[in-house]
Amino acid sequence: MTDGTETTVSPAAPASAAQAAMRAVLDASAVSRALTRIAHEILERTQGADDAVLLGIPTRGAHLATRLGAQIAAVEGLELPIGTLDVTMYRDDLRLRPARAIKRTEIPSGGIDGKLVVLVDDVLFSGRTIRAALDALGDIGRPRAVQLAVLVDRGHRELPIRADYVGKNLPTAQRETVQVRLAETDGQDAVLLGVKGAGAR
Amino acid sequence: MKRHLLSTADLSADDATLILDTAAELARIADRPIKKLPTLRGRTVVNLFYEDSTRTRISFETAAKRLSADVINFSAKGSSVSKGESLKDTALTLEAMGADAVVVRHWASGGAYRLAHAGWIRSAVVNAGDGTHEHPTQALLDAYTLRSRLGSLEGRRIGIVGDVLHSRVARSNVRLLSTLGAEVTLVAPPTLMPFAVEGWPCSSSYDLDPVLPKLDAVMMLRVQRERMDQAFFPTEREYSRRYGLHAQRMAALPEHAVVMHPGPMNRGLEISAEVADSTRSTITEQVANGVSVRMAVLYLLLGGSEPAIGTENEGGAK
Repeated sequence: MTDGTETTVSPAAPASAAQAAMRAVLDASAVSRALTRIAHEILERTQGADDAVLLGIPTRGAHLATRLGAQIAAVEGLELPIGTLDVTMYRDDLRLRPARAIKRTEIPSGGIDGKLVVLVDDVLFSGRTIRAALDALGDIGRPRAVQLAVLVDRGHRELPIRADYVGKNLPTAQRETVQVRLAETDGQDAVLLGVKGAGAR
Repeated sequence: MKRHLLSTADLSADDATLILDTAAELARIADRPIKKLPTLRGRTVVNLFYEDSTRTRISFETAAKRLSADVINFSAKGSSVSKGESLKDTALTLEAMGADAVVVRHWASGGAYRLAHAGWIRSAVVNAGDGTHEHPTQALLDAYTLRSRLGSLEGRRIGIVGDVLHSRVARSNVRLLSTLGAEVTLVAPPTLMPFAVEGWPCSSSYDLDPVLPKLDAVMMLRVQRERMDQAFFPTEREYSRRYGLHAQRMAALPEHAVVMHPGPMNRGLEISAEVADSTRSTITEQVANGVSVRMAVLYLLLGGSEPAIGTENEGGAK
């Protein structure tokens, strides 16, 4: 989600102007289908996900983790522990921007030691957010393994990081921006593609 | 753009809320096995203390270390200051050593301001108490404690009782708490009520007993004997009888009200031991909250390319 300067349309900005320049690449039903598929893939690849813990990266990754948890519960009747992991304090670009507000980290009461942690984020871009998340996990415990689920993989990795579960592979140019909108925060589900500078900062 | 935290008067309600919210998130790492974040790795924080302190210095040191900053402790006693070195020369030395932030406590009101604005150093300055002027991080941790006990500060009634004249804690709290929407009442003997208190954003009274039943929190101030060069009240017993908080007085407070004290306490003078150790007292809680609040201040001043408090950008962009 928060890799570098993409997806930076401030909530108060003239949303209509920004939206006009952005094109929907996934609509609400496509987002829903992608999440359903990821939920099934998690169950399949982890043979039932008995020891899995879903950790969403705030803000939108946290909502996606909650939704994945609900999907898995609906399919398998299995209530996975769900938490959030804020990576702000572990980022490598802190000094490039003004200090930003930190968000909630909520580790499920069972902890993550010996568990299979599935990190959930909205957009995978440079991979630096995930690098920060791995560092943050190391300070909290020692998972058996860590996997990554993202709604959109837009490419342009700057670190050797890949996702285990991808909702949509979206080839993009560096100058484009990808914005994930979710009902919980933005009123509706959609993935939008636009050009940097059009409405964005 | 502000790079310093010198006075609570400089903080808008949004700034103060950002600090308190950040502190609330940072408080959660105290429960983790590894109580450390890498955020300020490689930064240097100097604790420059011209006055004695236990709580504040240890609290700032812990806060800086939990953010992985390097900490240099400097106290006037045992340094070249006792040989007569001036604040300016000490500041130039710190600048030459490359301090990123200076946490300063000085006996002179305005000491922190002078250090920040004289052009001696480029680092961020955090006021840890200057004379009888301000002690902003204490007010922030008091506000944090009040918020966690009472939910919100909006419309809450807070009494600040005792040696208001010499109290930097009272000055910082009056400004901060009124910014956050609380109604502050100062209670002190006429000799210890500051001049022109009518101009402050609070009310005042010379009598404690009529005020107590209306309060959501009462903050007892230390009688600062070291700053008193004359007799401000006839005897300690008389002061204690009229302005001290003891068990009977505490019973006059509403059920939910809490008792605060910035420490160090004069047990038996402004607060009785029974009250200080009661469950309504937040005194040790205040100390624990101090670390989180100071971490938040250091992070917001040093964590980004520019400080997040007091600037246009709210720093919450994602």
